[in-house]
Amino acid sequence: MEASSLAAVWLTIKLASLVTALLLLVGTPIAWWLSRTRSRWKGVIGAIVALPLVLPPTVLGFYLLLALGPHGPVGKITQSLGWGLLPFSFAGLVVASVFYSLPFVVQPIQNAFEAMGERPLEVAASLRASPWDAFFSVALPLARPGLITAAILGFAHTVGEFGVVLMIGGNIPGKTQVLSVRIYDYVEMMEYTQAHMLAAGMVLFSFLLLLALYSRRDRKDWNR
Amino acid sequence: MIRPQAHPMEARFHLVYPGFTLKVDLCLPEKGITALFGHSGSGKTTLLRCFAGLNRAPGGYLVVDGTCWQDDAAGIFLPTHRRPLGLVFQEASLFPHLTVRKNLEYGMKRADNRAGEGFDACIDLLGIRPLLDRNPASLSGGERQRVAVARALLTRPRLLLMDEPLAALDLKRKQEILPYLEKLHDELDIPVLYVSHAPDEVARLADHLVLMEGGRALASGPLMETLARADLPPAFADDAGVVWEANVAAIEDDGLTRLEFPGGKLYVSQQGKTPGKRLRCRIHAKDVSLALATHNDISILNILEASVRSVVPLETPGHVMVQLKLRGDEQAPLLLARITQRSCAALDIVPGRVVMAQIKAVALLG
Repeated sequence: MEASSLAAVWLTIKLASLVTALLLLVGTPIAWWLSRTRSRWKGVIGAIVALPLVLPPTVLGFYLLLALGPHGPVGKITQSLGWGLLPFSFAGLVVASVFYSLPFVVQPIQNAFEAMGERPLEVAASLRASPWDAFFSVALPLARPGLITAAILGFAHTVGEFGVVLMIGGNIPGKTQVLSVRIYDYVEMMEYTQAHMLAAGMVLFSFLLLLALYSRRDRKDWNR
Repeated sequence: MIRPQAHPMEARFHLVYPGFTLKVDLCLPEKGITALFGHSGSGKTTLLRCFAGLNRAPGGYLVVDGTCWQDDAAGIFLPTHRRPLGLVFQEASLFPHLTVRKNLEYGMKRADNRAGEGFDACIDLLGIRPLLDRNPASLSGGERQRVAVARALLTRPRLLLMDEPLAALDLKRKQEILPYLEKLHDELDIPVLYVSHAPDEVARLADHLVLMEGGRALASGPLMETLARADLPPAFADDAGVVWEANVAAIEDDGLTRLEFPGGKLYVSQQGKTPGKRLRCRIHAKDVSLALATHNDISILNILEASVRSVVPLETPGHVMVQLKLRGDEQAPLLLARITQRSCAALDIVPGRVVMAQIKAVALLG
Protein backbone atom coordinates (compact mmCIF):
# COMPACT_ATOMS: atom_id res chain seq x y z
CA MET A 1 0.00 0.00 0.00
CA GLU A 2 1.25 3.45 -0.86
CA ALA A 3 2.28 5.80 1.92
CA SER A 4 -0.47 8.25 1.00
CA SER A 5 -3.05 5.48 1.31
CA LEU A 6 -1.76 4.54 4.73
CA ALA A 7 -1.88 8.19 5.76
CA ALA A 8 -5.48 8.37 4.57
CA VAL A 9 -6.41 5.23 6.54
CA TRP A 10 -4.79 6.60 9.68
CA LEU A 11 -6.42 9.99 9.27
CA THR A 12 -9.80 8.35 8.78
CA ILE A 13 -9.47 6.26 11.94
CA LYS A 14 -8.30 9.29 13.91
CA LEU A 15 -11.18 11.38 12.61
CA ALA A 16 -13.84 8.72 13.21
CA SER A 17 -12.62 8.00 16.75
CA LEU A 18 -12.53 11.63 17.76
CA VAL A 19 -15.88 12.35 16.13
CA THR A 20 -17.49 9.32 17.82
CA ALA A 21 -16.27 10.46 21.22
CA LEU A 22 -17.57 13.99 20.62
CA LEU A 23 -20.86 12.67 19.26
CA LEU A 24 -21.49 10.62 22.40
CA LEU A 25 -20.73 13.66 24.55
CA VAL A 26 -22.97 15.96 22.53
CA GLY A 27 -25.59 13.45 21.42
CA THR A 28 -26.39 11.95 24.83
CA PRO A 29 -27.66 15.18 26.43
CA ILE A 30 -29.63 15.99 23.26
CA ALA A 31 -31.12 12.49 23.22
CA TRP A 32 -31.98 12.78 26.93
CA TRP A 33 -33.65 16.12 26.41
CA LEU A 34 -35.60 14.87 23.39
CA SER A 35 -36.73 11.77 25.28
CA ARG A 36 -37.92 13.68 28.36
CA THR A 37 -39.07 17.13 27.30
CA ARG A 38 -42.64 18.25 26.84
CA SER A 39 -41.41 21.50 25.30
CA ARG A 40 -42.98 22.65 22.05
CA TRP A 41 -39.43 22.95 20.72
CA LYS A 42 -39.03 19.19 20.79
CA GLY A 43 -40.28 18.82 17.22
CA VAL A 44 -38.10 21.62 15.91
CA ILE A 45 -34.92 20.37 17.57
CA GLY A 46 -35.68 16.79 16.56
CA ALA A 47 -36.14 17.84 12.95
CA ILE A 48 -32.92 19.87 12.92
CA VAL A 49 -30.97 16.94 14.34
CA ALA A 50 -32.45 14.66 11.68
CA LEU A 51 -31.78 17.03 8.74
CA PRO A 52 -28.46 15.38 7.72
CA LEU A 53 -30.42 12.18 7.10
CA VAL A 54 -32.15 13.74 4.10
CA LEU A 55 -30.01 16.67 2.95
CA PRO A 56 -27.38 16.12 0.27
CA PRO A 57 -23.95 16.37 1.94
CA THR A 58 -23.13 19.22 -0.42
CA VAL A 59 -25.87 21.38 1.06
CA LEU A 60 -24.70 20.81 4.61
CA GLY A 61 -21.09 21.29 3.50
CA PHE A 62 -21.93 24.48 1.65
CA TYR A 63 -23.55 26.17 4.64
CA LEU A 64 -20.91 24.93 7.04
CA LEU A 65 -18.30 26.35 4.70
CA LEU A 66 -20.04 29.72 4.76
CA ALA A 67 -20.50 29.69 8.52
CA LEU A 68 -16.97 28.61 9.30
CA GLY A 69 -15.40 30.77 6.60
CA PRO A 70 -13.72 34.18 7.11
CA HIS A 71 -17.02 36.09 6.77
CA GLY A 72 -19.22 33.58 8.55
CA PRO A 73 -20.38 34.03 12.15
CA VAL A 74 -18.43 31.04 13.44
CA GLY A 75 -15.38 31.96 11.36
CA LYS A 76 -15.28 35.42 12.92
CA ILE A 77 -15.35 33.93 16.39
CA THR A 78 -12.64 31.36 15.71
CA GLN A 79 -10.47 34.08 14.21
CA SER A 80 -10.95 36.45 17.11
CA LEU A 81 -10.07 33.61 19.48
CA GLY A 82 -6.85 33.14 17.56
CA TRP A 83 -7.78 29.67 16.31
CA GLY A 84 -7.68 30.70 12.68
CA LEU A 85 -10.16 29.30 10.17
CA LEU A 86 -11.57 25.80 10.35
CA PRO A 87 -12.27 24.97 6.68
CA PHE A 88 -9.59 22.87 5.00
CA SER A 89 -8.21 21.78 8.37
CA PHE A 90 -8.61 18.61 10.43
CA ALA A 91 -10.58 20.57 13.05
CA GLY A 92 -12.99 21.65 10.32
CA LEU A 93 -13.47 18.02 9.32
CA VAL A 94 -14.25 17.12 12.92
CA VAL A 95 -16.87 19.87 13.27
CA ALA A 96 -18.51 18.99 9.96
CA SER A 97 -18.56 15.27 10.73
CA VAL A 98 -20.15 15.83 14.13
CA PHE A 99 -23.04 17.66 12.47
CA TYR A 100 -23.32 15.15 9.68
CA SER A 101 -23.41 12.03 11.89
CA LEU A 102 -25.44 13.50 14.75
CA PRO A 103 -28.77 11.81 13.91
CA PHE A 104 -27.12 8.40 13.73
CA VAL A 105 -26.02 8.83 17.34
CA VAL A 106 -28.95 10.73 18.83
CA GLN A 107 -31.69 8.42 17.60
CA PRO A 108 -30.51 5.09 19.08
CA ILE A 109 -29.76 6.78 22.42
CA GLN A 110 -33.10 8.58 22.41
CA ASN A 111 -34.87 5.28 21.67
CA ALA A 112 -33.07 3.63 24.57
CA PHE A 113 -34.00 6.44 26.96
CA GLU A 114 -37.61 6.36 25.80
CA ALA A 115 -37.85 2.57 26.06
CA MET A 116 -36.81 2.52 29.71
CA GLY A 117 -39.66 4.86 30.65
CA GLU A 118 -39.92 6.87 33.86
CA ARG A 119 -40.07 3.93 36.23
CA PRO A 120 -36.33 3.25 36.79
CA LEU A 121 -35.80 6.93 37.54
CA GLU A 122 -38.74 7.02 39.94
CA VAL A 123 -37.31 3.99 41.69
CA ALA A 124 -33.91 5.68 41.89
CA ALA A 125 -35.52 8.80 43.33
CA SER A 126 -37.30 6.71 45.96
CA LEU A 127 -33.85 5.36 46.89
CA ARG A 128 -32.60 8.94 47.45
CA ALA A 129 -30.79 9.36 44.13
CA SER A 130 -30.82 12.96 42.90
CA PRO A 131 -31.75 13.44 39.23
CA TRP A 132 -28.06 13.73 38.21
CA ASP A 133 -27.14 10.72 40.27
CA ALA A 134 -30.01 8.73 38.76
CA PHE A 135 -28.97 9.74 35.25
CA PHE A 136 -25.44 8.41 35.69
CA SER A 137 -26.17 5.42 37.93
CA VAL A 138 -29.37 4.18 36.28
CA ALA A 139 -30.29 5.84 32.98
CA LEU A 140 -26.87 5.57 31.32
CA PRO A 141 -26.21 1.94 32.34
CA LEU A 142 -29.71 0.94 31.20
CA ALA A 143 -29.18 2.76 27.89
CA ARG A 144 -25.89 0.97 27.28
CA PRO A 145 -27.14 -1.11 24.34
CA GLY A 146 -28.36 2.10 22.69
CA LEU A 147 -25.08 3.85 23.42
CA ILE A 148 -23.08 1.04 21.83
CA THR A 149 -25.32 1.02 18.77
CA ALA A 150 -24.93 4.80 18.55
CA ALA A 151 -21.14 4.58 18.80
CA ILE A 152 -20.93 1.92 16.09
CA LEU A 153 -23.25 3.82 13.74
CA GLY A 154 -21.51 7.14 14.40
CA PHE A 155 -18.09 5.65 13.77
CA ALA A 156 -19.15 3.77 10.62
CA HIS A 157 -21.01 6.74 9.21
CA THR A 158 -18.05 9.06 9.76
CA VAL A 159 -15.71 6.59 8.06
CA GLY A 160 -18.12 6.42 5.15
CA GLU A 161 -18.70 10.10 4.51
CA PHE A 162 -17.50 11.79 1.36
CA GLY A 163 -19.40 14.86 0.26
CA VAL A 164 -19.16 16.93 3.42
CA VAL A 165 -15.50 16.06 3.80
CA LEU A 166 -14.77 17.22 0.26
CA MET A 167 -16.67 20.48 0.77
CA ILE A 168 -15.13 21.40 4.12
CA GLY A 169 -11.82 19.61 4.15
CA GLY A 170 -10.84 19.53 0.54
CA ASN A 171 -8.29 16.97 -0.42
CA ILE A 172 -5.03 17.75 1.38
CA PRO A 173 -2.94 14.57 1.80
CA GLY A 174 -2.08 13.83 5.43
CA LYS A 175 -4.30 16.65 6.64
CA THR A 176 -7.80 16.30 5.29
CA GLN A 177 -7.54 13.53 2.75
CA VAL A 178 -9.59 10.68 4.20
CA LEU A 179 -10.10 7.21 2.76
CA SER A 180 -13.19 7.87 0.71
CA VAL A 181 -11.56 10.86 -0.96
CA ARG A 182 -8.36 8.89 -1.54
CA ILE A 183 -10.37 6.19 -3.34
CA TYR A 184 -12.02 8.87 -5.47
CA ASP A 185 -8.54 10.13 -6.44
CA TYR A 186 -7.36 6.65 -7.44
CA VAL A 187 -10.42 6.14 -9.59
CA GLU A 188 -9.92 9.53 -11.23
CA MET A 189 -6.34 8.53 -11.98
CA MET A 190 -7.51 5.14 -13.24
CA GLU A 191 -5.39 3.35 -10.63
CA TYR A 192 -7.92 0.61 -10.09
CA THR A 193 -5.64 -1.80 -8.20
CA GLN A 194 -5.00 0.76 -5.48
CA ALA A 195 -8.67 1.77 -5.49
CA HIS A 196 -9.66 -1.90 -5.12
CA MET A 197 -7.41 -2.42 -2.13
CA LEU A 198 -8.93 0.46 -0.22
CA ALA A 199 -12.49 -0.07 -1.43
CA ALA A 200 -12.53 -3.78 -0.65
CA GLY A 201 -11.01 -3.01 2.73
CA MET A 202 -13.85 -0.56 3.38
CA VAL A 203 -16.48 -3.11 2.38
CA LEU A 204 -14.99 -5.73 4.69
CA PHE A 205 -14.57 -3.30 7.58
CA SER A 206 -18.07 -1.93 7.28
CA PHE A 207 -19.54 -5.40 6.99
CA LEU A 208 -17.77 -6.58 10.14
CA LEU A 209 -18.90 -3.50 12.04
CA LEU A 210 -22.52 -3.95 11.01
CA LEU A 211 -22.29 -7.68 11.71
CA ALA A 212 -21.22 -6.85 15.25
CA LEU A 213 -24.15 -4.43 15.48
CA TYR A 214 -26.82 -6.80 14.24
CA SER A 215 -25.55 -9.83 16.15
CA ARG A 216 -25.93 -7.87 19.39
CA ARG A 217 -29.64 -7.40 18.93
CA ASP A 218 -30.66 -10.68 20.53
CA ARG A 219 -29.12 -9.86 23.90
CA LYS A 220 -30.26 -6.28 24.06
CA ASP A 221 -33.01 -6.79 26.59
CA TRP A 222 -31.76 -6.97 30.16
CA ASN A 223 -34.87 -8.61 31.47
CA ARG A 224 -34.93 -11.71 29.37
CA MET B 1 -62.16 4.44 67.01
CA ILE B 2 -58.40 4.29 67.27
CA ARG B 3 -57.14 7.81 67.81
CA PRO B 4 -53.94 8.46 65.91
CA GLN B 5 -51.25 9.16 68.50
CA ALA B 6 -48.07 11.17 68.55
CA HIS B 7 -47.52 12.08 64.90
CA PRO B 8 -50.35 11.09 62.61
CA MET B 9 -49.89 11.68 58.91
CA GLU B 10 -51.85 14.57 57.51
CA ALA B 11 -52.48 14.79 53.81
CA ARG B 12 -54.50 17.25 51.77
CA PHE B 13 -54.31 17.00 48.02
CA HIS B 14 -56.40 18.50 45.27
CA LEU B 15 -55.27 17.52 41.81
CA VAL B 16 -57.20 18.12 38.62
CA TYR B 17 -56.47 16.15 35.46
CA PRO B 18 -58.61 16.12 32.35
CA GLY B 19 -61.47 13.80 33.26
CA PHE B 20 -60.23 13.04 36.74
CA THR B 21 -60.05 14.93 40.01
CA LEU B 22 -58.35 13.82 43.18
CA LYS B 23 -59.52 15.57 46.31
CA VAL B 24 -58.66 14.17 49.71
CA ASP B 25 -58.16 15.41 53.23
CA LEU B 26 -56.88 12.59 55.37
CA CYS B 27 -55.47 11.99 58.80
CA LEU B 28 -53.80 8.58 58.92
CA PRO B 29 -52.30 6.58 61.79
CA GLU B 30 -48.55 6.87 62.31
CA LYS B 31 -48.14 3.12 62.58
CA GLY B 32 -49.55 0.02 60.96
CA ILE B 33 -50.76 -0.71 57.45
CA THR B 34 -53.24 1.67 55.88
CA ALA B 35 -54.92 0.20 52.82
CA LEU B 36 -55.91 2.52 50.01
CA PHE B 37 -58.67 0.42 48.55
CA GLY B 38 -60.72 1.08 45.45
CA HIS B 39 -61.39 0.11 41.87
CA SER B 40 -58.98 1.04 39.12
CA GLY B 41 -59.44 4.70 38.31
CA SER B 42 -60.49 5.52 41.87
CA GLY B 43 -57.33 7.57 42.37
CA LYS B 44 -55.57 5.35 44.88
CA THR B 45 -52.31 5.14 42.93
CA THR B 46 -52.38 8.86 42.18
CA LEU B 47 -52.81 9.50 45.90
CA LEU B 48 -49.84 7.26 46.66
CA ARG B 49 -47.75 9.14 44.09
CA CYS B 50 -48.68 12.41 45.77
CA PHE B 51 -47.31 11.01 49.03
CA ALA B 52 -44.12 10.06 47.19
CA GLY B 53 -43.79 13.46 45.54
CA LEU B 54 -43.89 11.83 42.09
CA ASN B 55 -47.09 13.71 41.33
CA ARG B 56 -47.41 17.21 42.62
CA ALA B 57 -50.78 18.48 43.68
CA PRO B 58 -50.58 22.29 43.64
CA GLY B 59 -51.54 23.68 47.01
CA GLY B 60 -51.05 20.29 48.63
CA TYR B 61 -50.13 19.66 52.23
CA LEU B 62 -48.40 16.61 53.67
CA VAL B 63 -46.89 15.97 57.07
CA VAL B 64 -45.26 12.64 57.82
CA ASP B 65 -43.80 11.74 61.18
CA GLY B 66 -43.98 15.35 62.30
CA THR B 67 -42.02 16.58 59.29
CA CYS B 68 -43.54 18.68 56.55
CA TRP B 69 -42.95 17.14 53.12
CA GLN B 70 -45.21 19.48 51.22
CA ASP B 71 -46.87 22.74 52.10
CA ASP B 72 -47.23 24.76 48.96
CA ALA B 73 -48.77 27.64 50.91
CA ALA B 74 -45.40 27.97 52.67
CA GLY B 75 -43.40 27.14 49.54
CA ILE B 76 -42.31 23.73 50.80
CA PHE B 77 -42.05 20.76 48.45
CA LEU B 78 -39.47 18.07 49.09
CA PRO B 79 -38.57 16.29 45.85
CA THR B 80 -38.91 12.51 46.01
CA HIS B 81 -35.21 11.86 46.57
CA ARG B 82 -35.24 14.09 49.66
CA ARG B 83 -38.16 12.27 51.29
CA PRO B 84 -37.28 9.46 53.69
CA LEU B 85 -39.66 6.97 52.12
CA GLY B 86 -39.59 3.49 50.70
CA LEU B 87 -41.51 2.70 47.54
CA VAL B 88 -42.49 -0.70 46.15
CA PHE B 89 -44.13 -0.76 42.74
CA GLN B 90 -46.55 -3.20 41.22
CA GLU B 91 -44.15 -4.74 38.75
CA ALA B 92 -40.56 -5.75 39.24
CA SER B 93 -38.58 -2.57 39.66
CA LEU B 94 -35.14 -3.95 40.50
CA PHE B 95 -32.31 -2.44 38.50
CA PRO B 96 -31.53 -5.11 35.91
CA HIS B 97 -27.89 -4.06 35.58
CA LEU B 98 -27.14 -4.71 39.26
CA THR B 99 -27.08 -7.89 41.32
CA VAL B 100 -29.52 -8.29 44.19
CA ARG B 101 -26.82 -7.22 46.66
CA LYS B 102 -25.95 -4.13 44.59
CA ASN B 103 -29.63 -3.31 44.31
CA LEU B 104 -29.90 -3.35 48.09
CA GLU B 105 -26.73 -1.30 48.46
CA TYR B 106 -27.93 1.29 45.95
CA GLY B 107 -30.42 2.70 48.42
CA MET B 108 -28.35 2.01 51.54
CA LYS B 109 -25.43 4.08 50.26
CA ARG B 110 -27.60 7.01 49.33
CA ALA B 111 -29.74 6.92 52.46
CA ASP B 112 -26.66 7.12 54.64
CA ASN B 113 -26.93 3.53 55.77
CA ARG B 114 -23.53 2.42 54.49
CA ALA B 115 -22.93 0.46 57.64
CA GLY B 116 -25.91 -1.67 56.69
CA GLU B 117 -27.82 -1.20 59.90
CA GLY B 118 -30.51 -3.84 60.05
CA PHE B 119 -29.19 -5.60 56.95
CA ASP B 120 -29.11 -9.12 58.35
CA ALA B 121 -32.44 -8.80 60.12
CA CYS B 122 -34.04 -7.39 56.99
CA ILE B 123 -32.82 -9.98 54.50
CA ASP B 124 -33.72 -12.77 56.90
CA LEU B 125 -37.15 -11.29 57.52
CA LEU B 126 -37.77 -11.40 53.78
CA GLY B 127 -35.86 -14.64 53.23
CA ILE B 128 -33.61 -13.34 50.48
CA ARG B 129 -30.17 -14.27 51.80
CA PRO B 130 -29.70 -17.04 49.20
CA LEU B 131 -30.49 -14.58 46.40
CA LEU B 132 -27.88 -11.91 47.17
CA ASP B 133 -25.49 -12.72 44.34
CA ARG B 134 -28.12 -13.45 41.73
CA ASN B 135 -29.23 -11.18 38.90
CA PRO B 136 -32.78 -9.83 39.03
CA ALA B 137 -33.54 -11.49 35.70
CA SER B 138 -33.06 -14.94 37.27
CA LEU B 139 -35.53 -14.34 40.12
CA SER B 140 -39.21 -15.27 40.25
CA GLY B 141 -41.79 -12.50 40.51
CA GLY B 142 -42.31 -13.12 44.21
CA GLU B 143 -38.58 -13.11 44.92
CA ARG B 144 -38.17 -9.83 43.07
CA GLN B 145 -40.89 -8.20 45.13
CA ARG B 146 -39.31 -9.41 48.35
CA VAL B 147 -35.98 -7.92 47.27
CA ALA B 148 -37.75 -4.69 46.33
CA VAL B 149 -39.32 -4.52 49.80
CA ALA B 150 -35.95 -5.18 51.45
CA ARG B 151 -34.30 -2.54 49.27
CA ALA B 152 -36.90 0.00 50.34
CA LEU B 153 -36.63 -0.90 54.04
CA LEU B 154 -32.83 -0.70 54.07
CA THR B 155 -33.06 3.02 53.38
CA ARG B 156 -34.62 3.23 56.88
CA PRO B 157 -37.72 5.06 55.62
CA ARG B 158 -40.21 6.94 57.77
CA LEU B 159 -43.03 5.83 55.47
CA LEU B 160 -43.36 2.75 53.28
CA LEU B 161 -45.49 3.05 50.15
CA MET B 162 -46.62 -0.06 48.32
CA ASP B 163 -48.47 0.18 45.02
CA GLU B 164 -50.29 -3.12 44.52
CA PRO B 165 -47.14 -5.09 45.21
CA LEU B 166 -48.92 -8.41 44.62
CA ALA B 167 -51.09 -7.51 41.64
CA ALA B 168 -48.62 -8.75 39.03
CA LEU B 169 -48.15 -12.11 40.77
CA ASP B 170 -50.11 -15.29 40.24
CA LEU B 171 -52.04 -16.83 43.11
CA LYS B 172 -49.24 -19.19 44.11
CA ARG B 173 -46.65 -16.40 44.28
CA LYS B 174 -49.09 -14.28 46.23
CA GLN B 175 -49.54 -17.01 48.83
CA GLU B 176 -45.76 -17.27 48.98
CA ILE B 177 -45.17 -13.59 49.69
CA LEU B 178 -48.15 -12.81 51.96
CA PRO B 179 -46.61 -14.41 55.07
CA TYR B 180 -43.59 -12.15 54.64
CA LEU B 181 -45.81 -9.10 54.47
CA GLU B 182 -47.61 -10.27 57.62
CA LYS B 183 -44.29 -10.62 59.42
CA LEU B 184 -43.42 -7.16 58.20
CA HIS B 185 -46.66 -5.89 59.62
CA ASP B 186 -45.74 -7.24 63.05
CA GLU B 187 -42.19 -5.88 63.05
CA LEU B 188 -42.42 -2.47 61.38
CA ASP B 189 -42.85 0.60 63.51
CA ILE B 190 -43.46 2.95 60.58
CA PRO B 191 -46.68 3.60 58.71
CA VAL B 192 -47.31 1.69 55.51
CA LEU B 193 -49.62 2.85 52.72
CA TYR B 194 -50.77 -0.18 50.80
CA VAL B 195 -52.64 0.33 47.53
CA SER B 196 -54.82 -2.60 46.59
CA HIS B 197 -58.00 -3.54 44.80
CA ALA B 198 -58.01 -7.06 46.28
CA PRO B 199 -60.38 -7.27 49.28
CA ASP B 200 -58.65 -10.41 50.56
CA GLU B 201 -55.26 -8.73 50.81
CA VAL B 202 -56.78 -5.73 52.54
CA ALA B 203 -58.74 -7.86 55.00
CA ARG B 204 -55.63 -9.85 55.80
CA LEU B 205 -53.02 -7.11 56.12
CA ALA B 206 -54.54 -3.73 56.85
CA ASP B 207 -55.24 -1.99 60.16
CA HIS B 208 -56.75 1.11 58.68
CA LEU B 209 -58.83 1.44 55.56
CA VAL B 210 -59.23 4.33 53.16
CA LEU B 211 -61.95 3.61 50.66
CA MET B 212 -61.33 5.49 47.42
CA GLU B 213 -63.95 6.21 44.80
CA GLY B 214 -63.88 8.71 41.95
CA GLY B 215 -60.84 10.50 43.32
CA ARG B 216 -62.32 10.95 46.78
CA ALA B 217 -61.88 9.18 50.08
CA LEU B 218 -65.34 7.75 50.67
CA ALA B 219 -64.35 6.57 54.13
CA SER B 220 -61.27 6.45 56.30
CA GLY B 221 -61.14 4.54 59.57
CA PRO B 222 -59.97 1.46 61.41
CA LEU B 223 -60.32 -1.57 59.15
CA MET B 224 -62.83 -3.63 61.10
CA GLU B 225 -65.04 -0.71 61.98
CA THR B 226 -65.05 0.58 58.41
CA LEU B 227 -65.74 -2.80 56.84
CA ALA B 228 -68.70 -3.19 59.20
CA ARG B 229 -70.35 0.03 58.03
CA ALA B 230 -73.67 -0.72 56.40
CA ASP B 231 -73.59 2.42 54.25
CA LEU B 232 -70.39 1.52 52.37
CA PRO B 233 -71.03 -1.96 50.96
CA PRO B 234 -71.97 -0.69 47.48
CA ALA B 235 -68.25 0.05 47.10
CA PHE B 236 -67.41 -3.56 47.94
CA ALA B 237 -70.26 -5.14 45.95
CA ASP B 238 -70.26 -8.91 46.51
CA ASP B 239 -67.18 -8.69 48.70
CA ALA B 240 -68.96 -6.79 51.44
CA GLY B 241 -68.44 -8.35 54.82
CA VAL B 242 -66.76 -7.99 58.18
CA VAL B 243 -63.35 -9.03 59.45
CA TRP B 244 -62.98 -10.29 63.00
CA GLU B 245 -59.94 -10.98 65.07
CA ALA B 246 -60.21 -14.21 67.03
CA ASN B 247 -58.14 -16.58 69.13
CA VAL B 248 -57.74 -20.21 68.21
CA ALA B 249 -59.14 -21.70 71.40
CA ALA B 250 -59.01 -25.43 70.75
CA ILE B 251 -59.15 -28.19 68.20
CA GLU B 252 -62.16 -30.29 69.19
CA ASP B 253 -62.43 -34.08 69.04
CA ASP B 254 -64.41 -34.11 65.83
CA GLY B 255 -61.73 -32.04 64.08
CA LEU B 256 -63.44 -28.67 64.22
CA THR B 257 -61.43 -25.66 65.28
CA ARG B 258 -63.01 -23.41 67.89
CA LEU B 259 -62.33 -19.69 67.61
CA GLU B 260 -63.13 -17.33 70.42
CA PHE B 261 -63.73 -13.61 70.36
CA PRO B 262 -65.34 -11.17 72.78
CA GLY B 263 -68.95 -12.19 73.00
CA GLY B 264 -68.90 -15.60 71.40
CA LYS B 265 -67.27 -18.43 69.52
CA LEU B 266 -67.12 -19.77 66.01
CA TYR B 267 -66.47 -23.25 64.68
CA VAL B 268 -64.50 -23.66 61.49
CA SER B 269 -63.47 -26.82 59.74
CA GLN B 270 -60.04 -25.61 58.70
CA GLN B 271 -57.20 -27.60 60.20
CA GLY B 272 -53.61 -26.90 61.09
CA LYS B 273 -54.07 -23.90 63.37
CA THR B 274 -52.21 -23.86 66.66
CA PRO B 275 -54.32 -23.14 69.74
CA GLY B 276 -53.43 -19.76 71.22
CA LYS B 277 -52.77 -18.20 67.83
CA ARG B 278 -54.49 -14.96 67.00
CA LEU B 279 -55.90 -14.69 63.52
CA ARG B 280 -58.33 -12.83 61.36
CA CYS B 281 -61.39 -14.27 59.78
CA ARG B 282 -63.74 -12.83 57.27
CA ILE B 283 -67.49 -13.24 57.06
CA HIS B 284 -69.19 -12.16 53.85
CA ALA B 285 -72.52 -10.37 54.24
CA LYS B 286 -74.03 -12.66 51.62
CA ASP B 287 -73.15 -15.69 53.81
CA VAL B 288 -75.18 -14.45 56.77
CA SER B 289 -78.92 -15.08 57.04
CA LEU B 290 -81.23 -14.04 59.82
CA ALA B 291 -83.86 -15.90 61.86
CA LEU B 292 -86.13 -14.77 64.65
CA ALA B 293 -85.90 -17.90 66.79
CA THR B 294 -83.30 -20.52 67.54
CA HIS B 295 -83.76 -23.68 65.53
CA ASN B 296 -82.33 -26.99 66.54
CA ASP B 297 -83.21 -28.62 63.25
CA ILE B 298 -80.61 -26.84 61.16
CA SER B 299 -77.18 -27.87 59.91
CA ILE B 300 -75.59 -24.45 60.27
CA LEU B 301 -73.10 -24.54 63.14
CA ASN B 302 -72.51 -20.91 63.81
CA ILE B 303 -75.62 -19.16 65.02
CA LEU B 304 -75.05 -16.00 67.02
CA GLU B 305 -77.49 -13.79 68.83
CA ALA B 306 -77.35 -10.17 67.70
CA SER B 307 -79.36 -7.01 67.73
CA VAL B 308 -80.11 -5.02 64.62
CA ARG B 309 -78.44 -1.61 64.47
CA SER B 310 -79.39 -0.39 61.04
CA VAL B 311 -80.95 -1.45 57.77
CA VAL B 312 -79.77 0.15 54.52
CA PRO B 313 -81.20 -0.47 51.04
CA LEU B 314 -78.68 -1.78 48.51
CA GLU B 315 -78.04 -1.02 44.87
CA THR B 316 -78.68 -4.67 44.10
CA PRO B 317 -82.43 -4.65 43.45
CA GLY B 318 -84.53 -6.16 46.21
CA HIS B 319 -81.76 -6.42 48.79
CA VAL B 320 -80.92 -4.66 52.04
CA MET B 321 -77.81 -4.62 54.20
CA VAL B 322 -78.36 -5.21 57.90
CA GLN B 323 -75.79 -4.17 60.44
CA LEU B 324 -75.85 -6.21 63.64
CA LYS B 325 -74.11 -6.05 66.97
CA LEU B 326 -73.45 -9.38 68.66
CA ARG B 327 -74.91 -9.61 72.13
CA GLY B 328 -73.22 -10.63 75.32
CA ASP B 329 -70.20 -8.34 75.45
CA GLU B 330 -69.39 -4.65 75.15
CA GLN B 331 -66.45 -5.57 72.90
CA ALA B 332 -68.49 -7.92 70.74
CA PRO B 333 -67.90 -7.34 67.02
CA LEU B 334 -70.28 -6.03 64.41
CA LEU B 335 -71.71 -8.20 61.66
CA LEU B 336 -73.21 -7.47 58.26
CA ALA B 337 -75.97 -9.53 56.67
CA ARG B 338 -77.30 -9.11 53.16
CA ILE B 339 -80.90 -10.25 52.91
CA THR B 340 -83.80 -9.64 50.57
CA GLN B 341 -86.20 -6.82 51.10
CA ARG B 342 -89.01 -9.33 51.22
CA SER B 343 -87.43 -11.26 54.13
CA CYS B 344 -86.66 -8.01 55.83
CA ALA B 345 -90.30 -7.01 55.72
CA ALA B 346 -91.60 -10.48 56.57
CA LEU B 347 -89.39 -10.77 59.67
CA ASP B 348 -89.91 -7.13 60.53
CA ILE B 349 -86.19 -6.46 60.77
CA VAL B 350 -85.90 -3.00 62.32
CA PRO B 351 -83.23 -1.39 64.50
CA GLY B 352 -83.26 -2.74 68.05
CA ARG B 353 -84.74 -6.10 67.12
CA VAL B 354 -82.91 -9.19 68.42
CA VAL B 355 -82.27 -11.85 65.79
CA MET B 356 -80.27 -15.02 65.30
CA ALA B 357 -77.51 -14.57 62.73
CA GLN B 358 -76.79 -17.81 60.89
CA ILE B 359 -73.29 -17.79 59.46
CA LYS B 360 -72.89 -20.11 56.50
CA ALA B 361 -69.18 -19.63 55.84
CA VAL B 362 -66.16 -18.24 57.65
CA ALA B 363 -62.90 -17.64 55.77
CA LEU B 364 -59.74 -17.76 57.84
CA LEU B 365 -57.12 -15.27 56.75
CA GLY B 366 -53.50 -16.27 57.29
